[in-house]
Amino acid sequence: MSDAPKHIRTPLARVRGLGAARSGTDHFWRQRLTAVANIPLTIAAVVIIIMLLGRNQAAAAQILGSPLVAIIMLLFIASITMHMRIGMQVIIEDYVHDEIAKLALIMANAFFTIAIALTMAFGILKLAFGL
Amino acid sequence: MAETKAPAARPLSPHLQIYKPTLTMMMSIVHRITGLGLYFGTLLLAWWLIAAASPSSYARFEWFASSLIGRLILFGYTWALIHHMLGGIRHLIWDTGRGFGPAEREWLVAANLIGSIAITVLLWIFGLLAMGGPL
Repeated sequence: MSDAPKHIRTPLARVRGLGAARSGTDHFWRQRLTAVANIPLTIAAVVIIIMLLGRNQAAAAQILGSPLVAIIMLLFIASITMHMRIGMQVIIEDYVHDEIAKLALIMANAFFTIAIALTMAFGILKLAFGL
Repeated sequence: MAETKAPAARPLSPHLQIYKPTLTMMMSIVHRITGLGLYFGTLLLAWWLIAAASPSSYARFEWFASSLIGRLILFGYTWALIHHMLGGIRHLIWDTGRGFGPAEREWLVAANLIGSIAITVLLWIFGLLAMGGPL
C-alpha cells in the first residue's frame, strides 16, 4: 500500500479524458432524456393504436399519414430507438466480457436500432406523403 | 470500453446468489427483461407500419395479430411496454433521491406490478371493444 496515492483527488488529465468510454455521463443523461420523452410519446402512440383497431387498411393508412399522427409517431420512433440503443449497450457491456464479441455486438446494436428506426420512419412518411 | 485484465487472485465480493431474493431485486431484473423484449418487439411495430401501405400486406398482419399466438405476443408486448414505462417512472423518482425508504421502495415496486397488470387488462378491454367484441 506504500505506493498508493496520499490524496483522493482525481487527476485532471483523467477527468478530461471522460473515463474509460471517453463519453463521460453522456449515455446516462441521454437515457433519462429519452425516458422522459418516451412517457407522453408512448401514451400518445397507444391511443393512436387503439383508435386504429377495427378499422380497415384505407382508414388506418389515412389516420397514420395525417400530419399530427405522423409527427407524433416519428417522434415516438426517434425517442424509443435512441433509448433502445443505449439500453441494449448497457446489457451487452454487463454480460459480454470478450472484447471482440462485445465490440461486434455493440456495432450490431447500432446497426439494428438505426435500421429499425429508418424502416418505421419510412413506413410513416410513405403514408404521410401518399406515395 | 477499456481492456480489463484480472489481477492476481483477490477476494471477491459476494454475488447475487448469496442474497435472499427480494421484490425490488426481482423487479430490477424484470425491468431489464421487459426492455429486452420491447427491443425486439419493435420488429412487430415496423411490420405493422410498413404493412399499412397496402391492403394485402395489412390483411396478412391482421391475420397474424388476430391469431392465438399473435394475440399472446401482443398481450405480452402491451404488458412489457406498460411495465417498463411504470418502472422507468419509478427509476426517475429514485434519480431524484426520493423513495428509497424500506416502506417506500416496497410500495413503489408493488404499485409498478399491480399498475402494469391493471392498465394492460384495461387497454385490452378498450381495444377489444373498439374492434367490436372479444373475437
